[in-house]
Amino acid sequence: MSTNDLLAIRNGQAVDRSVCPVVSVDRFRQAVIESVADGARLSALLAEPAGDAGAARLMAVLARPSLGNLAVVACEVGDSYPALTPDCPSAHLFEREIAEQWNIRPDGHPWLKPVRFQPPCKAAKKGVAAGQTTAGVMNFFKMDGQEVHEVAVGPVHAGVIEPGHFRFQCHGETVHHLEISLGYQHRGVERALVGGPTGRTIHYIETLAGDTTVGHATAYCLAAESISDMHPPARAEAIRAAAAELERIANHVGDLGALAGDVGFLPTMSYCGRIRGDVLNLTALLCGNRFGRGLLLPGGTAYDADDELIAELLRRLDDVERDATRAIDLLFDNPSVLARFEGTGAISEELARQIGLVGVPARACSLPCDIRQEFPYGLYQFTQMPVCTWRTGDCFARAYVRWLEIQQSLAFVREQMRSLPTGPTRLDAKPLRPNKLAVAMVEGWRGEICHVAATDAQGRFAFYKVVDPSFHNWFGLAYALREQQVSDFPLCNKSFNLSYCGHDL
Amino acid sequence: MTTVASILHVLLALVLAPLLLGIVNRTKAKFAGRRGQPLLQAYYDLAKLFRKGAVYSRTTTWVFRAGPTVGLSAVIVALAIVPLGGLPGLGAFSGDVILLAYVLGLMRFMTVLAALDTGSSFEGMGASREVQFSLLAEPALLLALAALAVCAKSLSLSDIYGLLYAGEPAHVAPAAVMVAAVLLMVLLAENARIPVDDPNTHLELTMIHEVMVLDHGGVDLGFIQYGASLKLWVFSALLVGVALPLRTGQPILDLLLGVGGVFAVAVLVGVIESTMARLRLVRVPQMLVVANVLAIIAILWALR
Repeated sequence: MSTNDLLAIRNGQAVDRSVCPVVSVDRFRQAVIESVADGARLSALLAEPAGDAGAARLMAVLARPSLGNLAVVACEVGDSYPALTPDCPSAHLFEREIAEQWNIRPDGHPWLKPVRFQPPCKAAKKGVAAGQTTAGVMNFFKMDGQEVHEVAVGPVHAGVIEPGHFRFQCHGETVHHLEISLGYQHRGVERALVGGPTGRTIHYIETLAGDTTVGHATAYCLAAESISDMHPPARAEAIRAAAAELERIANHVGDLGALAGDVGFLPTMSYCGRIRGDVLNLTALLCGNRFGRGLLLPGGTAYDADDELIAELLRRLDDVERDATRAIDLLFDNPSVLARFEGTGAISEELARQIGLVGVPARACSLPCDIRQEFPYGLYQFTQMPVCTWRTGDCFARAYVRWLEIQQSLAFVREQMRSLPTGPTRLDAKPLRPNKLAVAMVEGWRGEICHVAATDAQGRFAFYKVVDPSFHNWFGLAYALREQQVSDFPLCNKSFNLSYCGHDL
Repeated sequence: MTTVASILHVLLALVLAPLLLGIVNRTKAKFAGRRGQPLLQAYYDLAKLFRKGAVYSRTTTWVFRAGPTVGLSAVIVALAIVPLGGLPGLGAFSGDVILLAYVLGLMRFMTVLAALDTGSSFEGMGASREVQFSLLAEPALLLALAALAVCAKSLSLSDIYGLLYAGEPAHVAPAAVMVAAVLLMVLLAENARIPVDDPNTHLELTMIHEVMVLDHGGVDLGFIQYGASLKLWVFSALLVGVALPLRTGQPILDLLLGVGGVFAVAVLVGVIESTMARLRLVRVPQMLVVANVLAIIAILWALR
C-alpha cells in the first residue's frame, strides 16, 4: 500500500524533519495520485533544498478530510521527473511553479508555462535556457480562424485594481478560452522569510494578501507556535477567531456590494460599500488597524478587549447586521439581479474537485471544504462552524454562499465576544525548535490558506511555503469563462474575487 | 407665438439638456442613500473638456475627428424637428418622422465609424454591440412613430403629436400606452442606460456606448457628452408627447409642461436605474424584440 508512505500529521502539528518519509519518485507519484483519487486535496506541492545545494526534494502536503488529518510525503528528484498533472490536474500550477523556481522539469506536463516570471532559485545547468523573467512575455494559447478574435485586458486596468493580464479567445461575444497571466506583483516574500523569524517576518506575513491579514497571520502564528511548542491562551484564540470572522464579514459584504455594482444594481452597491467600512472599523476597535495589522503575534494577541470595548463592538455589530440584512435582501429579492447571477460562470462539482478549487467557489459547487470544520484549529476546535454550501456552482451560488457565511460569522462573533474566556492574551515568545516541520492550515475568507514551515539546525526557517487560496482558484476562473459571454467576465471575476498579490507572493 | 415657443424650446433644450444627467444622478444617489454629485456636474465636465486639447492616435484618420462633430450636428437637427407635447417642432414638415430616424441613425453611424477607425479591439467590440442592438431599436422607434402616425393620420411629427389627443382620447389611449412603453424601452437602449448599458461602469468588457468613445478626449469628448444629453432630451420629448395628454393650446404653457415632463422622464430613468440590474447582453435583443412586437400591436390597434 502506497498510502503507508505518507506521514499523517494534524493541522498545526510540528514533527521532526527526519520523520518525513522520503520515497522514490514512483512511490511519491503513486501516493499523491491515489490519495487525491480517494478524496484528498493537494494543499501544497513544493521543492525544498535538501542537503548540498545540488539536490532538491519534492514535498506534497495532502489534506484528507475523510480521515481528518493531513499527510506529508517527500521524494528526491534530479533535473526532471514524470509530471503528476496528467493524473492529478490540481498539481498543474504547483508543478509549473516548481519548474520555474527550481529548474526541475515535470516531464509530460501539458501546460508548462511561467507562473510569476521570477528568476530561478537554482542556476540552470549549462545548455538549459533560462526561464522568461519579463512578466507577461510568454506563448499564449491562440485559436485560429477567420472569425476568431483575441481580446487582451490588463495588466493596467480601467479601475483601481491589482495588475493581471487576461487573454480571451473569442468568437463573437462567446469566450472559448481565457488565459490568465500573473506575476506582476511578485515580491519574493517566500525567499525573504528564509532565515527568519526576524522582526520583519510578521509584517511580511500580514501583507501576503492585504485583505487577508488576519487569515495569513493566524496561519503563521499556528506554524510558529507549533514549532516552538507554545499554546496560546484561550482568550487570545477567541480574539483571533473573532478577528478572522470580522475579516470574513467585511470582505464578503464588500464582495456582494461589488457584485451588485457589476450588474449595475446601485442600492446594494452603495450600502455594502459603507457597511464594509463599518465592519473594518470593528477590527480597528480591536487593534487600532482596520485590516487587523499588529493584532496577532506568535504566542497570542497584542491587544486585549475590555468589557467596555466588547459592549461597543456588540452594539455596532447589531447595526451592521441590521443594515447588511436590508441591503443584501434587496439584492437577492430583485429578479433582474437573479436573472443576471443565475447560470453565469457555472462550474460543475466534478470539475471543481479535479482542479482543486477551495473556499467559496468550491462550496458554491457543493463541495463541503472548510478547514474550520475539516481540520479545526485554534478556537474552532471547541466550537462548531457549519459549512455553507450551495449546489449550482454559478455566480449566484458564489454570492449566496457569501451571504450565508456572513450570517454564520455574525452569530459566531457575537457568541464569542459575549463569552470571552478570562486570562492573559499573550505568552512570551519562545525560540523555534531546530529541524522541525509544521503545516498550518487556516480557513481565510477566500478559502484554504496553507503555510508549510521548516526550521534548520539553528532554529531558523529553512524554507517557508505559502499557498494562498487564490493559487488554487485562478484556474477555476479561467474555466468558469468557457462558453460564456465576454461581457460576463467582470461579474465572474468579482464572484471569485481572487488575490493577485496572494498568488504572486 | 407658437413659433416663439418652438424657438424657446430649442434654446431651452440646448441649455438645459446636461441638467438631465444631473437629475438622473441625483435620483440614483437618493436611492443609494448618498448625497450624490452636484446637479450641475455635467456642465462642469463640459466646461473642463472644452478647455482641453485633444490627442489623436496616429492610426486614426479624418473619420475619427469628424465623428463627434457630425454626431452633435445630427442631434441638433433632430432637436429642431422634434415636437414637445402639443408644441410643434421648429423645422416641422411633412415626412420629418423619417428624417428624425435618419439623423439619429447618422449620429450612431459616425460614432461607430469613429470607433472602428481606432483599430482597438475594445472599440470594435463596442461598435459591434451598438450596431447589433440598434438593428432592433431603430425599427422599434419607427414602428412606434408609425402607430402614432396612423392614429393622427399625418406624416409630420408635429401634426402627429399635436393632433394625437384632439379627438376622443379613448380612441387613441390604448395605442398611446403601448407606444409610450416602446418609446421608454427605446430611450433606455438608445441612451446607454440601465438595463441595456451602464453609463457608470469602468469595466471595458461590458460597455457598449462608453467603450466606443474611449479614445476621444478634450473638445471631441465634450461634443460626444453634450450630444448624448441632447439625444436624451430628444427621446424624452418624444416620450412626454405621448405619455402626457395635456394640450392647453397656450404655447408657453405647453412649453413649460413639456420641459417639466422631460425632467420627470429623467427622474423615471433614475428610478429604473436604481431598481434594476443590467440585463445580460444576450437578453437585450429580447427586450427590444418585445418593444417591436408591442409597436406592431399598437399599429394594428390603430388600424382597426
